[in-house]
Amino acid sequence: MSIYINKDTKVITQGITGKTGQFHTEKCQEYANGKNCFVAGVNPKKAGETIFNIPIFGSVKEAAKETGATVSVIYVPPAGAADAIWEAVEADLDLAICITEGIPVRDMLNVRNKMKAKEAKGGKKTLLLGPNCPGLITPDEIKIGIMPGHIHRKGRIGVVSRSGTLTYEAVAQLTEIGLGQSSAVGIGGDPINGLKHIDVMKAFNDDPDTDAVIMIGEIGGPDEAEAAVWCKANMKKPIVGFIAGVTAPPGKRMGHAGALISGGADTADAKLAIMEECGFKVTRNPSEMAKLLKAML
Amino acid sequence: MKIHEYQGKELLKKFGVTVPKGIPCFSVDEAVKAAETLGGKVWVVKAQIHAGGRGKGGGVKVAKSLDEVRTYAGQILGMQLITHQTGPEGQKVNRLLIEEGADIKKEYYLAALTDRATQKVALMASSEGGMDIEEVAHATPEKILKEFADPLIGLTDQQALNLAKGIGVPEASQADAVEQIKKLYTCYMETDASLAEINPLILQGDGKIKALDAKFNFDSNALFRHPEIVAYRDLDEENADEIEASKFDLAYISLDGNIGCLVNGAGLAMATMDTIKLFGAEPANFLDVGGGATTEKVTEAFKIMLKNPKVKGILVNIFGGIMKCDTIANGVVTAAKETHLSVPLVVRMKGTNEDLGKKILAESGLPIITADSMAEAATKIVAAVK
Repeated sequence: MSIYINKDTKVITQGITGKTGQFHTEKCQEYANGKNCFVAGVNPKKAGETIFNIPIFGSVKEAAKETGATVSVIYVPPAGAADAIWEAVEADLDLAICITEGIPVRDMLNVRNKMKAKEAKGGKKTLLLGPNCPGLITPDEIKIGIMPGHIHRKGRIGVVSRSGTLTYEAVAQLTEIGLGQSSAVGIGGDPINGLKHIDVMKAFNDDPDTDAVIMIGEIGGPDEAEAAVWCKANMKKPIVGFIAGVTAPPGKRMGHAGALISGGADTADAKLAIMEECGFKVTRNPSEMAKLLKAML
Repeated sequence: MKIHEYQGKELLKKFGVTVPKGIPCFSVDEAVKAAETLGGKVWVVKAQIHAGGRGKGGGVKVAKSLDEVRTYAGQILGMQLITHQTGPEGQKVNRLLIEEGADIKKEYYLAALTDRATQKVALMASSEGGMDIEEVAHATPEKILKEFADPLIGLTDQQALNLAKGIGVPEASQADAVEQIKKLYTCYMETDASLAEINPLILQGDGKIKALDAKFNFDSNALFRHPEIVAYRDLDEENADEIEASKFDLAYISLDGNIGCLVNGAGLAMATMDTIKLFGAEPANFLDVGGGATTEKVTEAFKIMLKNPKVKGILVNIFGGIMKCDTIANGVVTAAKETHLSVPLVVRMKGTNEDLGKKILAESGLPIITADSMAEAATKIVAAVK
């Protein structure tokens, strides 16, 4: 098992005909069962055509109906990305993964509130991963997103992080010392997003094929602390935690829109302290994440 | 992106928030002329820099004659204004705002910002206006009131009234306050702001509510649809190296240490800086070259880092994913040669085409130190600069 996706997942690619969409769709097709997983693309202007042997549909709804796909991945440029997310939600998909970086915060606020309003009225809940994220992967089964597939190995460790390259760092460390991954999830660096650390930790806790988790966070926002408090009461598996940004000055946006210290509770030190209190094995040395986890197994 | 107070007040006025009459100026003569144009007997001479805390630093003066306007304008224009937000070197004052004096009966605090936890827009108000709001939040959190607006519905009259009543606006002025709060919310949404802060919002002797200050920050992801706000950008207020870096699509922030870092990915860049500190030194900068680094981009990144005279060594940490290590290795070698690199350079590369990248570095003939892990790289660069 794994979380959210597996080798049988059928995926729609929104923005498949753009440069980024094309580049990564090919890589995802090449990975494990990718040829069978990526079943549809969406572009209203190119409906009826195919790309990499994948049929293109005019809308997500149509693509889902024709192929039975339940997940979409979005490479649509920033100005139209929030609308693309909403299209996936209106098509009642299970999960939308938005890779796009640079979406205006107000657009994300609007779409997140529309999603919540739809759920409140009893509509189907679509999970959102991202935006501004690398995507997620279940090694040897399926890769949806922009992560390098070859560094992963199938195994029983979960990884969750806001940052793409830090996720890869953790994965590579695990692979190097012989620990494979059940799933690796990048939740993205934007302030208004979908799945948060707490959601992914819940999923790993419920996954019988995950034995332990590396949770990586950053400065800014309340998410890591919220996840830590939940884990203290509920998590049955060992966790190694790292927070990037001990040296980041307050008031400066460190690359990610969400990586910005605003008050006192969202510094790296404050988050590390809460995580430690909640039973995480925390480290200030990101080179020893995998080694620490191995010692806990 | 930040803007000046006078620009913020222009925006507020456009959305119907009441602000004092004022004129921006760039010289002492302009300041005196502005005061004459405004008329009245009292004027406020305000330094226009992006940092807060201007009053405490001597950047805001009340003038009771045109002579005083001239004196204060002369003192403030060109000064290095030091506040708790500028750092010890201060910020040079190039612009002034000359404003009519206000009859202040009571000062409040009002702000709009995006709340990550609720994914709504938070309107914050306090009876403790004119103070540092972070101090108020720390010492007397009960004096900060919040209402959360759903962007699909907007801020309701009831929510605005709760704030106005809660901070003690007298009944006769509450309707005015409700209007002002709702207009601030509209301004915040329509301009894609990430912060809109009025401190103080005042109650005048005549019962009117007015915004005496304006501090804005805008979502840089949304600037593409706001040319009118981009036009407000003042490059004098920004770090020259950060501007140069942004031209090459590099995210760069200069810091106080002596080890330059070049990394791909914001999270990994922060983690690299943290590792340098952990092993006993301080990073000179944050620099994310992003996912699609070319030889040209890496060379520019080196140039920008090396402009900082404090840099005594460079650490390159690349996780090759889509970006291949050999591409970066070629970039590093070219950059080191082109910049006649004279400080120690440690390179750590992982991921796609790692071996090929290492081979290129080894065969370059340059004294490049390589490392396998971030910790090893940090240890080596810290040792090399000592």
